[in-house]
Amino acid sequence: MIWRIASFAVAAGFVGLWQLIANLKLISPVFLPGPDRAWAALMRGFATGDLTSKLVGTLEHMAYGWLAASVAGIALGALIGSSRLMRIYIAPSLEFLRPLPVSAIIPVAIAMLGLTQGMALFVIAFGAIWPIMLATIHGFAAVEPRLYEVARALQMSRPAIVFKIALPSALPDILAGMRLSLTVALILSVVCEVLAGLDGLGHWVLLSARAFRSADLFAGVILLGATGYVTSIAMSLAERRLLAWQSTR
Amino acid sequence: MSLERTKPLLLPLVVLLVFELWARLAHLQSDSLAPPSAVLAALAAALADLTIPIATRDTLLAAFAGLTIGSVIGLALGIAFGVSSMLDRLMEVTIEAIRPIPSIALLPIALIALGFGYRMEIVIVAFACVWPMLILSRTAVRRVEPRLMEVSRALRLTPVQRIIKIIIPAALPRIFVAFRLSAGIALIVAVTVEIAINPLGLGAGIMQAQQALRADLMLAYLVWIGIIGYGLNFALVVVQRRMFGRAAIAGAGS
Repeated sequence: MIWRIASFAVAAGFVGLWQLIANLKLISPVFLPGPDRAWAALMRGFATGDLTSKLVGTLEHMAYGWLAASVAGIALGALIGSSRLMRIYIAPSLEFLRPLPVSAIIPVAIAMLGLTQGMALFVIAFGAIWPIMLATIHGFAAVEPRLYEVARALQMSRPAIVFKIALPSALPDILAGMRLSLTVALILSVVCEVLAGLDGLGHWVLLSARAFRSADLFAGVILLGATGYVTSIAMSLAERRLLAWQSTR
Repeated sequence: MSLERTKPLLLPLVVLLVFELWARLAHLQSDSLAPPSAVLAALAAALADLTIPIATRDTLLAAFAGLTIGSVIGLALGIAFGVSSMLDRLMEVTIEAIRPIPSIALLPIALIALGFGYRMEIVIVAFACVWPMLILSRTAVRRVEPRLMEVSRALRLTPVQRIIKIIIPAALPRIFVAFRLSAGIALIVAVTVEIAINPLGLGAGIMQAQQALRADLMLAYLVWIGIIGYGLNFALVVVQRRMFGRAAIAGAGS
């Protein structure tokens, strides 16, 4: 507890140092606003509702893309992972595609769909699907074989095996994949907003930078950091909830 | 055995063949798709007239410069936090506050501070590479066999000697795994920055091809970026196996 307070004190010290540097104008205020100005910009943005709507925009892109990727990723992963034949024929191609920098698909998506919301959703979902799908395939492949023997002895149907045995036992892998894609979804949301001028924080920080409104810019970056932090905490809580049965093993 | 090995290649080959045939038979005219043969031809042409090699050099230069800077900073912090749990606890809130900022959000800040070019890209790549390096090397240092630390105490090594002679060699396999991860991130971030805004390298090349409605060239860039990403990962895995053998695989598992 004392450490926690000390740790907050150190962080406060860094903010103080930032304020000092800004006050002494060691770095031009055009590039570096003090924390006071960034905070004021943040509050002003919320008061007028400008920043609120941008935040909601980014959260929407992120959430829709990520949810679509989660549903499709788990479904495809379960399909491929539960069939030995598909694991042999399809999984290696997917593994081959994995190191591809996902953002390289953006130009292709723009060519196909234009600078639209649909393009952004496609790109975010496409980028976020990989960690989830590959984790699901891996999770399905790593199910304890004896559980399958039990299922056969109980004469369970194939859907029942998937939902009652394979999915729960692959859940830790799937959740880890979903956590990874959450970060991917946030980054791709920002990139798509920058490129396509969609309503969101990415667009906000770019416009602020172009107009040299550094306080607004920092307010946007702080909000993006907070978004990353809060979503990751929420994911941890969900993981702990859903995997509570594991610790009792 | 040889039949087993060709099985994974079957699907991509069939898909490419079907696509090629369909594109030929339907006389495909598109801004976003091109038959594989046209993509290959565009790739060969762009390789021959050096546009792709030059773009590759620019991207890799920025990626590796950022990777080097980010890795050194991340490694130094990681070792410091790993050795001193006091420092680690004191810095926890600060680190946890900065880490979740998506690297790409720094793009506008780097843009107004440094302008277009290598420098802003390098800074963003470095920022992205610091975190995996910091987190994983911190764990690596903490997991150094306690008896080695006892030995270092018995030999009365100074803290600097202890870090150079005991901790870094013992943690090296895990640190290399972190480096391999960071290298992949460096390439991804570099290409992303180029696609988003920086008129440089492969990312800018693929955007230009798209804006020129050259679907064949755009897909050629896409294939090439994929090859670079795959090649980089493959090379680092080979180096890892050569240098560390089983130790590295054990390190990757945890």
